[in-house]
Amino acid sequence: MDRMPKWADVLLIPLINLLIAFALSALVILAIGKDPVVALRTMVQGSFGSTNGLGYTLYYTTNFIFTGLAVAIAFHARLFNIGGEGQAALGGLGVALVCLSIQWPHWLVALPAAMIGGALFGAAWAFIPAYLQAKRGSHIVITTIMFNFIAAALMGYLLVEVIKAPGSMASETSPFPPGASLPTFHEMLAPLGIEFNRNTPANVSFLVALACLLFFWVLVWRTRLGYEIRAFGQSESAAIYAGINPVKITVVAMLISGAFAGLMAINNVMGEAERLILNSVEGAGFIGIAVALMGRSHPVGILLAALLFGFLYQGGAELSLWENIPRELVVVIQALVILLTGALDGMVRGPVEKLFAKRKPA
Amino acid sequence: MDFITIIQILDSTMRLATPLLLACLAGLFSERAGIFDIGLEGKMLAAAFLSAAVAAATGSVWFGFLAGVGASISLALIHGLASITFRGDQLISGVAINFLAAGLTVIVGQSWFGLGGRTPSLAGDARFNPLEWPLAETLADIPVAGPLYAELISGHSILVYVALLAVPTSWYILFRTRFGLRLRAVGENPGAVDTAGISVVRLRFTAVIICGLLCGIAGAYLATGLAAGFVKDMTAGRGFIALAALIFAKWRPWYALYACLLFGFLEAIGNRYQSIELAGFIVPVQFMQALPYILTVVILAGFVGKAIPPRAGGAPYVKER
Repeated sequence: MDRMPKWADVLLIPLINLLIAFALSALVILAIGKDPVVALRTMVQGSFGSTNGLGYTLYYTTNFIFTGLAVAIAFHARLFNIGGEGQAALGGLGVALVCLSIQWPHWLVALPAAMIGGALFGAAWAFIPAYLQAKRGSHIVITTIMFNFIAAALMGYLLVEVIKAPGSMASETSPFPPGASLPTFHEMLAPLGIEFNRNTPANVSFLVALACLLFFWVLVWRTRLGYEIRAFGQSESAAIYAGINPVKITVVAMLISGAFAGLMAINNVMGEAERLILNSVEGAGFIGIAVALMGRSHPVGILLAALLFGFLYQGGAELSLWENIPRELVVVIQALVILLTGALDGMVRGPVEKLFAKRKPA
Repeated sequence: MDFITIIQILDSTMRLATPLLLACLAGLFSERAGIFDIGLEGKMLAAAFLSAAVAAATGSVWFGFLAGVGASISLALIHGLASITFRGDQLISGVAINFLAAGLTVIVGQSWFGLGGRTPSLAGDARFNPLEWPLAETLADIPVAGPLYAELISGHSILVYVALLAVPTSWYILFRTRFGLRLRAVGENPGAVDTAGISVVRLRFTAVIICGLLCGIAGAYLATGLAAGFVKDMTAGRGFIALAALIFAKWRPWYALYACLLFGFLEAIGNRYQSIELAGFIVPVQFMQALPYILTVVILAGFVGKAIPPRAGGAPYVKER
C-alpha cells in the first residue's frame, strides 16, 4: 500500500530536498559575506542568459546525462557504481585511440566508431569489479573506488610515457584529425537560421545523450533484460528463484553502466578538447551519483537533474568570475543534494508521509 | 643504496604512514561497529583545514588541533545522523561528506585568507615540531644504531608517537574490554546486542565519534605536522588508501599497522624515485602510486586470503516492534 500519492514521491520530495540544499547553500554564501540573491541571479544570467552560457550549460548537461545513466542502470540492479570517473577516463582513451587511428573522412563515420571505442573501454574497466562482485563477493563500491585510482595512475602513465604527442610540453595526445571533429551547436543551427555562439563546446553529442535516455527507458522498462535487472535489484533471492542468473545480471548491468560512462568521452574528449588530456573527466563521474539519486534513476528525472547540474556548473564558473565565490560552491551543493536525496531521505520522507496520512485517514 | 638512504626512506615511511594509520584505525572502529565509512577522506580534509586555519589565526597548534578534531567529529555526527538515526545509505552519506569537505574547505579558506584555498604557512608554535629524544645528538655518531636512534626513532612530531600508541590501545579496547566486545558484536549481530539490553544506537554513535576523533588527529597531523599549512585537496586520496589498508588488514589493529607501514613505504619510495629499475624492468612511478589499490583489489578478490568484513556492516539496524 502506498503511503502517499506517486506525485509526492517523484516530485514533492526531490523538490523539498533541493530547496533544503539551496537554503543551506545560501547560508554558506551569507556566511562568507556575499549576497545569495545576487549569486543566484549571476548564475542564472551566466548559464541561460546568452547562447554562449547556454552552450556551456548544455555541454555539461551532456556529460552528466551519460554519467547519470551509468549510475542509474547500476542502481536498478541495486549496485552502487562509484567508478564512473575511472570508466569515463578509460572511455576517453578508447575514443582517442579510435579518433587517432585513421584519417576519418567524415564525422558521421567517426562518431559511431568512437562511440563503440568509448563504450567498449568504459565497459571493460567496469568488468573486473563486476566480475569480482558476482563471482567472489568483493564489495563493488570498494573495488570501483580502487579502480578510479588505478585508472588515474594508468592514464597518467599512458599520457606521459606512451601516447603523448611528440614534441609537446603538455601531457596530451596529438589533436584529432579534422574528419573526427563533431559539429557544434553553432554549425548545426546555422542552416536553420538560428544564431548560436560559435565558441561554446555544446555539440552533437547532446543529441546522442538524449537518444541514450530513450534507449535507457526502453531497455529498463520494455525489454526482458531490463525486467531481469529490476527484478534482481528488487529482490535478489526472488530473482534467483525465478531463474534469473545473478552473475549474468550483475556483470551485464555493470557493463552497460561502464559503457554509458565511457560514452561520455564523445562529448568531452571528441567534441570539446579534440584530443585526450590529463584529468579530462573533471569529476563528472561523481556528479552522476547526484544526478541518478536526484532523478530517481528515471530518464526524465535524469534529464532534469543533469540540466540542473549543468546549470550549477556553468553558473558556478560565472560566480567565480564575477562574484569571487570559488567554484567549489557547486561541490558543496552537490554534496548537499547527495546527502539529502540519498542518505537523509528518511528525514524529509517521514514527516511528509505523516502529513499525507493525517490528511487522508485510511 | 647506502645505509643513510635506507634510513631516510624508512624515516619518511614513518611520517607518511602516520595519517594513514590514524585514519585506518578510525575506519576500524566505525566498520567494526557496522558503519561503513568511505568518508574518512572528507573528515581528514576538514580537520586538516580547520587545524591549520585556527593554528594560523591563534599561533597555537593545540587550539588548531582541537578545532580540527571538532570539525572531523561534526562530520562524523552527520554521518551518524544519516546512517544510524535516519537509516540512510552509509556509502552515499560517505560520498556526500567527502564532497562537503572538499567544497567547504576551499570556500571558507578563500573567504578567510584569500589565498586560493590555502592557509598561511605555519611556523614555530603553530606547528607540531619534531621531538628530540634524549641523547639523540650525542648517540648519532655511533655506527648503525646511532643514526637508527637519532633519525628513525627520535625526531618525529608527537602525533607520530600517538598514532603508534593508538595501535595497542585500539587492540586493547576492541579485544580486551567489555565495550570492545559489544562494539564488535554490534557490527556482527546488532539484534543480539539489542536483545541483551544494550543500546545499538548509542554504541554505534560512540564508534562513529571515535572514528571522527581519530580522523581529526590524522588531518591535524597532515596540515600541522607533516606539512606547514593547508593546501586545497591536501589529503589526496589518503582516506581511500587508509580504507584500502583497513581491508588489507582484514579489520584488525596490528595488521593495520603493517599495512599502513607498507603503503607509507610505497609512497616514500614513489616520492624519492621517479622510476625504479627492478631486474631489468623499469617500474614507472604511477605503478607505485597504484600499487596499494591493486593490492587491495587482489585481497578483496580473495585469491590471497579472503577479506571478510563485519557481517552487519552497511545495514541500518531496525528495532523490532
